[in-house]
Amino acid sequence: MRTVYMDSNATTRVADEVLEDMLPYFCEYYGNPSSMHTFGGQVASKLDEARGRVAALLGALPEEIIFTSCGTESDNSAIMGTLGSYPHKRHIVTTRVEHPAVLSLCKHLAGEGYSVTQLSVDRDGNLDLAELRESLTEDTAIVSIMHANNETGVIFPIEEIGRIVKSRGIVFHTDAVQTAGKIPIDMSGSTVDLLSISGHKFHAPKGVGALYIRKGTKFHSFLIGGHQERGRRGGTESVPMIIGMGKAAELAAEFLEDENVRVRGLRDKLESELLEKAPSAELNGDRERRTPNTTNISFQYVEGEAILLLIDREGICASSGSACTAGSLEPSHVLRAMGLPFTAAHGTVRFSLSRYNTEDEVDYVIEKVPPIIRRLREISPFGREELSKGS
Amino acid sequence: MWDYSDKLKDHFFNPRNVGEMPDADGVGEVGSMACGDSLRIYFKLDENGRIKDAKFLTFGCGSAIASASVLTEMIKGKTLEEVEKVTNQDIVDYLGGMPVEKLHCSVMGREALEAAIADYRGGKPKAEEGKIVCNCFGVTDREIERVARENNLRSVEDVTHYTKAGGGCGSCHAEIERILARVWGEKEAGLVREKAKKLTNIQRMKLIEETMEREIRPALRADGGDIELVDIYGTKVIVALRGTCTHCPSAEFTLKEYVEKKLREQVDEEIVLEEVKI
Repeated sequence: MRTVYMDSNATTRVADEVLEDMLPYFCEYYGNPSSMHTFGGQVASKLDEARGRVAALLGALPEEIIFTSCGTESDNSAIMGTLGSYPHKRHIVTTRVEHPAVLSLCKHLAGEGYSVTQLSVDRDGNLDLAELRESLTEDTAIVSIMHANNETGVIFPIEEIGRIVKSRGIVFHTDAVQTAGKIPIDMSGSTVDLLSISGHKFHAPKGVGALYIRKGTKFHSFLIGGHQERGRRGGTESVPMIIGMGKAAELAAEFLEDENVRVRGLRDKLESELLEKAPSAELNGDRERRTPNTTNISFQYVEGEAILLLIDREGICASSGSACTAGSLEPSHVLRAMGLPFTAAHGTVRFSLSRYNTEDEVDYVIEKVPPIIRRLREISPFGREELSKGS
Repeated sequence: MWDYSDKLKDHFFNPRNVGEMPDADGVGEVGSMACGDSLRIYFKLDENGRIKDAKFLTFGCGSAIASASVLTEMIKGKTLEEVEKVTNQDIVDYLGGMPVEKLHCSVMGREALEAAIADYRGGKPKAEEGKIVCNCFGVTDREIERVARENNLRSVEDVTHYTKAGGGCGSCHAEIERILARVWGEKEAGLVREKAKKLTNIQRMKLIEETMEREIRPALRADGGDIELVDIYGTKVIVALRGTCTHCPSAEFTLKEYVEKKLREQVDEEIVLEEVKI
């Protein structure tokens, strides 16, 4: 059966060039980059190259990058590393729509005696910067606000946010897992102190991430061990993964224009056709301020898991913020924070594309999805009058 | 992905008896859009009082659609007296099992059926009376009690899987515990108290620890607080408050009126609570 993969915000395929670069570092050049011998040393220079490539993607200096095991570790390191540096400060500011890597950690910290402010978002998923301004206190240790949301793709104005946060002398962290390789990121002259990225969201393998730490930012090691990563992250470097991430970063920079022109065009076509052809479909999230690859659509009066199961039978991979897919009983925290009505919240589907998607695939999804939605609407007790009226 | 049985998949991909029935003899509806699933069942009787035809409409996930589909198949040809004996477990069995998180779909099927029969008999749809326990999903104490009895449910988690109650904000977990204690516990709880007098030190410590973990900590955590068991000397229990409890003005009240009371109820009437700040 044909597979049409449109779940790239969950993970992406590893680029062939990335795998090719990684392979020699399993069986051939397996030395430890910390070793004194030439055999290990040659691996260290390859690590430097990867660090340089990731730094280039972010407009950062190589020494400002530490490699981690994943986006979650980067987020945890950023927050815990900052709290460790300011032990007398006990307040954290974040948003209601963060990834669990930040949100669950903040909830955990709240139980440890920290106070946590979660900023709200409006119906389009945007923040109110006045609320941010008011939330900052003398006791605030860190502000952690994502660059773009994983479910809706909505981009937060991190430079504006950073200016507000920095004017109070507070550390600013952003989770850029969903934006690295999708929209330009430039840390030179930025107001961001710490920035998390994850390799597998831009065609590197799973199991590698990075944290940007602005030069001069106080940082306490989260993973305590050896001297690796200049003492900021213990543990022998995952050499092949890091090399893969370096290559993926280099490719991402090359494909940034493709992502913002061609992939955006595919996403826009998919979105507008689905909104037009499927009954009672609505877009979630700010239409303009979004990553170019993501669309989150509510198919009203039907349920997300049922949609996913039916499109899965056609080989289409997407995901849903519906309660039933997550094994929880409530729709996603992001959609709830946006105040989506229940008619819409349970029937959301996120399609997230990558540079590997083709127009032919988009056409296939446009052909397959609307009849499936109509079929589920036939079964649904809700919205039947609207259905018979037309569409 | 969920591990759905072939039978369930078949009924989801090819649901039987979908649609409206304008001339139905009985119609029953349960659930709501807010809850994330809803089911409407229709039936029509023949001259002998047997179900001639049944139809359904549902808003829900794969297992909700499959549950409704098999239910309509199961009741065809049966009298209402026979249909009344159909339990949610029958639906689950017919489907060859379903993931535990989805069991509430089968309960919904049974409830819609009951409502449809009540509708036919002219009574008000037998809405589950009682007090709403779970505000997130609008589940009453009566409903929890009944489903717990019928399915031999012993934990809050089980109740959530079958009724959804407690699956949202979680603030009703303590209340569900109390209902379960009422359903099962009257006898068992009595026994526990009886035995309490003869508890050995080890048994008492274990029971204290268990009660703290199962009931007291979840209740405090729901308000952002927490409590730590520091030490136990005989019937003296030493605890330290954590989280928001540490600077809560009513912390002392919570300790005396809730924590100590609970431990006295469940473990030993002699228990004295002492707080330390560490």
